[in-house]
Amino acid sequence: MQALSQMSWPWRVTLGYLFLMLGLPLTALVLKSTTVGPADFWRIATAPVALSTYEVTFVTALVAALINGVMGTLTAWVLVRYTFPFKKVLEGIIDLPFALPTAVAGLTLATVYSTNGWLGSLVAPMGIRIAFTRLGVGVAMLFISFPFVVRTVQPVLQEIEKDIEEAAWSLGASRFQTFQRVVLPQILSATLTGVALGFSRAVGEYGSIVIIASSIPFRDLIAAVLVIQRLEQYDYAGATVIGTVMLLISFLSLLVINLLQAWGSRYET
Amino acid sequence: MGITIEGVSKRFGEFQALQPTDLTIETGSLVALLGPSGSGKSTLLRLIAGLETPDSGRIFLTGRDATHASVQDRNIGFVFQHYALFKHMTVRQNIAFGLEIRKASRAEIRARVDELLELVQLSGFGERYPSQLSGGQRQRVALARALAVEPQVLLLDEPFGALDAKVRKELRTWLRRLHDEVHVTTVFVTHDQEEAMEVADQIVVMNQGQIEQVGSPAEVYDHPATPFVMSFVGPVNELSPRSQLSCQLPDSQTGPHQLFLRPHDVQIEVDPSSSGVSARVADVIHLGREIQAELILNDGGSLWVHLSREQYANQPIQVGQQVYIRPKVVKAFPLKKAEMTRIPVGA
Repeated sequence: MQALSQMSWPWRVTLGYLFLMLGLPLTALVLKSTTVGPADFWRIATAPVALSTYEVTFVTALVAALINGVMGTLTAWVLVRYTFPFKKVLEGIIDLPFALPTAVAGLTLATVYSTNGWLGSLVAPMGIRIAFTRLGVGVAMLFISFPFVVRTVQPVLQEIEKDIEEAAWSLGASRFQTFQRVVLPQILSATLTGVALGFSRAVGEYGSIVIIASSIPFRDLIAAVLVIQRLEQYDYAGATVIGTVMLLISFLSLLVINLLQAWGSRYET
Repeated sequence: MGITIEGVSKRFGEFQALQPTDLTIETGSLVALLGPSGSGKSTLLRLIAGLETPDSGRIFLTGRDATHASVQDRNIGFVFQHYALFKHMTVRQNIAFGLEIRKASRAEIRARVDELLELVQLSGFGERYPSQLSGGQRQRVALARALAVEPQVLLLDEPFGALDAKVRKELRTWLRRLHDEVHVTTVFVTHDQEEAMEVADQIVVMNQGQIEQVGSPAEVYDHPATPFVMSFVGPVNELSPRSQLSCQLPDSQTGPHQLFLRPHDVQIEVDPSSSGVSARVADVIHLGREIQAELILNDGGSLWVHLSREQYANQPIQVGQQVYIRPKVVKAFPLKKAEMTRIPVGA
């Protein structure tokens, strides 16, 4: 307590806020989940259906975040390096997934990707179904996590001076070599940050996925939907156990990505 | 046969950055492109590098027509004002970059990088990142990186512009010595006449997208080809044709001429029997290695003069004192156009 009294007021306010907004709810979640006892906790957490939802959620989210890592970087490159008509409009559209209610996003995606939708009807003859499959889950995760990488990479790209690239050219590097050896390493850390944010967002997504997925266990049921299903059955303990496991996995994934990020910016002092 | 430029011009939108220009730069020489900002000096340098494509004309590098060669194929070294180091690479990796692109062997790269670190006096710094170096050290790394690929031509765009005065001075001297060792044809851009004089064998004075004069530092200073060169390479007083001082000159130099007098080309006498033009001392400023005084002539015109410390010690002058002046060298240029860029005296 003496340490607390020596802290300046921004510190105290921040700590108080963090405790109220993050510490307390997380503690409550963990405490609630431990009311079932270790044996039951383990049984619920490792039930086959629960395991399958972890896999569907985290693997799909990771794939979506990685795809957006590439596409978002490319988009940021285009936005920084090219001028074209309606650029401002495009900048606005990129942020739409931030603003759009997720249920609306799900509805829109389901319309486009269902077997009689614009895109869904094109791939349906090839035997590919997107909506109401795991692919649909992936599309929804791609959609809602897209802006993160663009928005983290864009300012970093903007800061890279043109003369860095010109220096590489003058030393004989082709445009591709210049991108690969000079530009990419400098934006890698920002890309990873974007991927981490996009990944967390995708893991937590519920509203759009519940609409575009069929939520059949072992196929496209995600953990967040399983939590809701448990709640609907008044199985609060089951819901919080799965919630706690998600929390742990998310936390570990973010830790790994943060380490990668630190490695990506090791040259900055 | 180092660099030959034939009728090269460049326009950016509405702005004619470089008028059609011819220039020959000898192999192994150290040349300064000197001019104010917007004079086209950087554009000319970037055209030589291949970082810009000319609208007209041809560029030859060591006898080879390089007009359409890409920057990668020109075998040039380029040094930027803000170093442009690869900040995610160590000093060693930065210097090795060009050699790695050229697929040199590991042993070869190691030897060459060691040699260059030695040359730029950064032997102990190979494993550092650019962010751990001072500005002067970064620019030396940039130079080593450019020299690593043994370029035919070394091009430097305001290389000392981002450095503080003391480091700038050291690096100039160092660049001069480096050139004496390496002998690569070197062109550097600067807006600082003192820097150009100190470092270069030849100075190309540029203004408004054109070359005003090419010559050695002494030629450019003592025999300026145009009023612009006269006023850009050193401090000047421009004399009004009706000034009392102008009236002392031979007739051939009056009339429609622009007259310039360097502040140090003035003799000051205090003896009232002097035949010089009388003036009053309005201000005396000690600049350290010389003394600058402002004199007001009887006709109201003012004149800056620079006195060496010895001159001043032998004949101190005070504010308000009556003195008599005699111009030693006046430069006269036949008047063509009224428009002319001038820099303030003493700048």
